[in-house]
Amino acid sequence: MQSQTIDPSKTENHHHGASVEAHHEEHPDHRMFGMVIFLLAEGMIFVGMFGAYLAFRATLPSWPPVGTPELELLIPSINTTILISSSFVIHNADTAIKKNDVRGMQLWFAITAVMGIIFLGGQIYEYSNLEFGLTTNLFASSFYVLTGFHGLHVFIGVSAILGVLWRSRTPGRYSDHKHFGIEAAELYWHFVDVIWIVLFGLLYIL
Amino acid sequence: MVQAQLEGAVHLPSPTEEPERKWRDYFTFNTDHKVIGIQYLVTTFVFYCIGGFMADLVRTELKTPDVDFVTPEVYNSLFTLHATIMIFLWIVPAGAGFANYLIPLMIGARDMAFPKLNAVAFWMIPPAGILLISSLLLGDAPDAGWTSYPPLSLLTGQVGEGIWIISLLLLGTSSILGALNFFVTILKMRVPSMGVHQMPLFCWAMLATSALTLISTPVLAGALIFLSFDLLAGTTFFNPTGGGDPVVYQHMFWFYSHPAVYIMILPFFGAISEIIPIHSRKPIFGYKAIAYSSLAISFLGLIVWAHHMFTSGIPGWLRMFFMITTMIIAVPTGIKVFSWLATLWGGKLRLNSALLFAMGFVGTFVIGGISGVMLAAVPFDIHVHDTYFVVAHIHYVLFGGSVLGIFSGYYHWFPKITGRMVNEFWGKVHFALTIIGLNLTFLPMHKLGLMGMNRRIAQYDPQFTDLNYLSTMGAYLLAVSTFPFIINVIWSWMYGPKATDNPWDALTLEWMTSSPPMIENFHVLPVLVTGPYDYGMSKHIEDTDVPLSDESDPLLAAGPNSVLRAEP
Repeated sequence: MQSQTIDPSKTENHHHGASVEAHHEEHPDHRMFGMVIFLLAEGMIFVGMFGAYLAFRATLPSWPPVGTPELELLIPSINTTILISSSFVIHNADTAIKKNDVRGMQLWFAITAVMGIIFLGGQIYEYSNLEFGLTTNLFASSFYVLTGFHGLHVFIGVSAILGVLWRSRTPGRYSDHKHFGIEAAELYWHFVDVIWIVLFGLLYIL
Repeated sequence: MVQAQLEGAVHLPSPTEEPERKWRDYFTFNTDHKVIGIQYLVTTFVFYCIGGFMADLVRTELKTPDVDFVTPEVYNSLFTLHATIMIFLWIVPAGAGFANYLIPLMIGARDMAFPKLNAVAFWMIPPAGILLISSLLLGDAPDAGWTSYPPLSLLTGQVGEGIWIISLLLLGTSSILGALNFFVTILKMRVPSMGVHQMPLFCWAMLATSALTLISTPVLAGALIFLSFDLLAGTTFFNPTGGGDPVVYQHMFWFYSHPAVYIMILPFFGAISEIIPIHSRKPIFGYKAIAYSSLAISFLGLIVWAHHMFTSGIPGWLRMFFMITTMIIAVPTGIKVFSWLATLWGGKLRLNSALLFAMGFVGTFVIGGISGVMLAAVPFDIHVHDTYFVVAHIHYVLFGGSVLGIFSGYYHWFPKITGRMVNEFWGKVHFALTIIGLNLTFLPMHKLGLMGMNRRIAQYDPQFTDLNYLSTMGAYLLAVSTFPFIINVIWSWMYGPKATDNPWDALTLEWMTSSPPMIENFHVLPVLVTGPYDYGMSKHIEDTDVPLSDESDPLLAAGPNSVLRAEP
């Protein structure tokens, strides 16, 4: 190889601290991008299940199968309204932390968690009042597995929100320039909301 | 810094150099992508040996037409576990192992985007594997084939099937988390001078693989969740007596499992795209064609799944659609094959074990690809579905393709990973035994399938005896062939001659640091000056209206992938 040497101390990289020692301060944060990709993958589980549901619906002679009690829409509609509104509520928390308002963020997060818990309570209430069980027929099985899987995700979302709330007790833990946990929990919450909208449409409306 | 000139500077041990890795690090939760890569590669190789042992048990039963070696129930478990292990515990994670080790080095990063998640992804694998294999000892192993179609899979052995489902859920999650890391790392952590058209083709391959993994593996999770409800909770998603449909399972299963086969080959297409130019001492032919064909295979791979279901009663128009898409996917693959051949052509070939395995890969994979295109034709598939013709096809592409690719990768990157050179004589012995063994085992299966021998049976019609006997001898030869490899690797890792930074005189970034690399990969983050494949480019560049290029200097000669053409 030709020997052309370049003086390392004069290169751009050297000045921008690309050496091992300087590395530790500068590090772009890819975690939100990672979170988005993760939610895409998670969404695909639901897409697969929705596909199966649509296939069942298309191939059975009558849907829901004969004898399935009609689904009542009141509680689920209230639940849907609560969940959709909670997405706006949690967004306020994001706006707050971006203005360095930790108390504001905590307030909005707490309200979101309450709304999520009410949603889960509504689900449990609905489950206990339904006249069909897990194994009654194919529609019933699909109904419980799909809403149950979604409910599990709501539970995880509420846990994440509460977890962030707990961690926010440490002063300076979250600020206008350090709030990945808040944004990640918010994105997850929006995800859960969107999945519910599709679910509600498929199971209750269609 | 100028790449080739970094040799003097980049790996000088500094006074603050971290201590070398202790062997104990490799058995712990360690976040260094190089440690994780080695953990993946060694663990998956162990599972390869286990799965291979099971294959030889299967082949021993098939040596004679009668059921005289194991009971039919045990036989069913053997072929089920053989396939499940080879797919989910060997080839898929071995690709992740190479990706883990190589990606940060190739793009000039110090580690993956999410190192802790990376370690979590690896550590899900040993427990899942142990669980799966323990099912044999528990006396209730899964036995419905690796495809586990209901209603059969729900009828025999709840425990075995439950173990299979849990194991796959764990392994699928591991795969998804790994893919997440690769995807984000490749897109976001390249050194600033490396645009997407300057990154090595292995990275393109892993980008395509990761996208496919992220989209398709979760659908398998959905299928397995429904299946486990049918197994344990009395639902009837896939049971016609309760209104369900077993074909829906097949759709959900194959929606993942077809892309799975591309997940199993794309990383090794990428590895071959690295290995062939280096050992032919020539720029890769058709960089962009290979890069974009990887993406095309990834995308097309999502719309061919029902070619596994041509005899499941799906309507004719659907079969036509999948036949056409399946045939189309041969095109980007063919583009790669021609590009590799054109790279070899006229090159100064270094016929070492790595290149021999790479060339074996190309030839054998093409044979598997041809039988694949034949299978894509619905009328032909109806005739040979569930026969040994399919077994021949899958093993030509998986063994002749993925496994030869893995071995090629082992030999090629061994100096970088271990800092030692592997023994070439025994590598060539390994190659010879493998290529003969694999053809002896799987070539007769084409004929067996055309003659009508069914898959997944322990007892067959005596007319198939001679070919089965040949095949079994081949399988024993394959078993024997692993020994020179294992002994070579272990001996060389401990006592082999020390490797220099760049024993192959390669141009990709992993060769620009020490062998093995220091813990933080590079002392100072590299700046690209050449493209990854610009071998001997100085005299051949016509278009030199690129700023700062200098024809007479190979480092500034501005080959097609040179950073001087990059639009950052």
